[in-house]
Amino acid sequence: MKPRGSTAVLRVVTKQLMPAILLFALYVQFHGDYGPGGGFQAGVIFAAGIILYALVFGLDRARRAIPPQHLLRLAPMGVLLYAGVGVFSLLRGRAFLDYSALDPANPIHGQHLGILLIELGVGITVCCVMILIFYAFAGRGRIH
Amino acid sequence: MSADVILLINALLLGIMLVVAVAMARQRNLFVTTMLSSIYSLTTACLFVLLDAVDVAFTEAAVGAGISIVLILSALALTHYTDRPPRPERHRLALLICLGVGGLLMLGASEWPTLGSPDSPVQSHPVTRHFLEQSRQDTGLPNVVTSVLASYRGYDTLGEVTVVFTAGLAVLLLLWGRRSVRGGHDET
Repeated sequence: MKPRGSTAVLRVVTKQLMPAILLFALYVQFHGDYGPGGGFQAGVIFAAGIILYALVFGLDRARRAIPPQHLLRLAPMGVLLYAGVGVFSLLRGRAFLDYSALDPANPIHGQHLGILLIELGVGITVCCVMILIFYAFAGRGRIH
Repeated sequence: MSADVILLINALLLGIMLVVAVAMARQRNLFVTTMLSSIYSLTTACLFVLLDAVDVAFTEAAVGAGISIVLILSALALTHYTDRPPRPERHRLALLICLGVGGLLMLGASEWPTLGSPDSPVQSHPVTRHFLEQSRQDTGLPNVVTSVLASYRGYDTLGEVTVVFTAGLAVLLLLWGRRSVRGGHDET
């Protein structure tokens, strides 16, 4: 998929917007405990930023910036991180996904840490899967 | 903001949605239909903001108006951009079904509690009060939505992430598996 008719204005504006979009995604990810948002929203916004980059600058440059092989490895990591937190609390003798087990001395802190970790897992998986699906769809045009 | 202003904004947004929906139904160019559905999603996201559901609005704007539109466009690039016009006799049946289903939905919606009414089942259920009052002590988080999604119902969310992952895997197997077969065929 080659960028067709992408004018200088479009490219300059996208370049200006990219850091803001990615930073906003990270803000939504790590500020989800206090403000609106969370892992899913953050992953989707991050993926939308990368897809915008691919639309304006071409799929090849996006693939070079975010290689699909890395995404393929990262996508299951998010699910594993989430489930891993649950298994960890099981091993500590608490219920599955009982985050208080992460810090038995201070359950509130444990909850905080647990929610941060599982939201990170959600964000990683959602972001990687969205970008991968986009790569898979956009890359097909070149095969025919 | 006063209630009148909110009512005006709501009416305006619903009007936009109605116009876009009718335009989508009448349009035969699929590229235009896709763009109109993006506008529809963005308007829905604005409605979610008015309902104070900002995180749902995020998702709707990013997925509904952004990513899914790009995916539909890349799927369209592989096929045709125009839709065949339906035969007139199917038109009448479709209109009948639309009116029937729409009437049933309106009938169901008339039983709903008023928006924001304090004695609706959602507000008066003991679980709601438990979450609102206990969440701060249990998890120490000010955002109850996050504490419900990630902690009280962490098991559900794990299931959702697994669904997203599995769906992505299935799409990749379908699209990339086909490509490697085709590529091998081309080489021989």
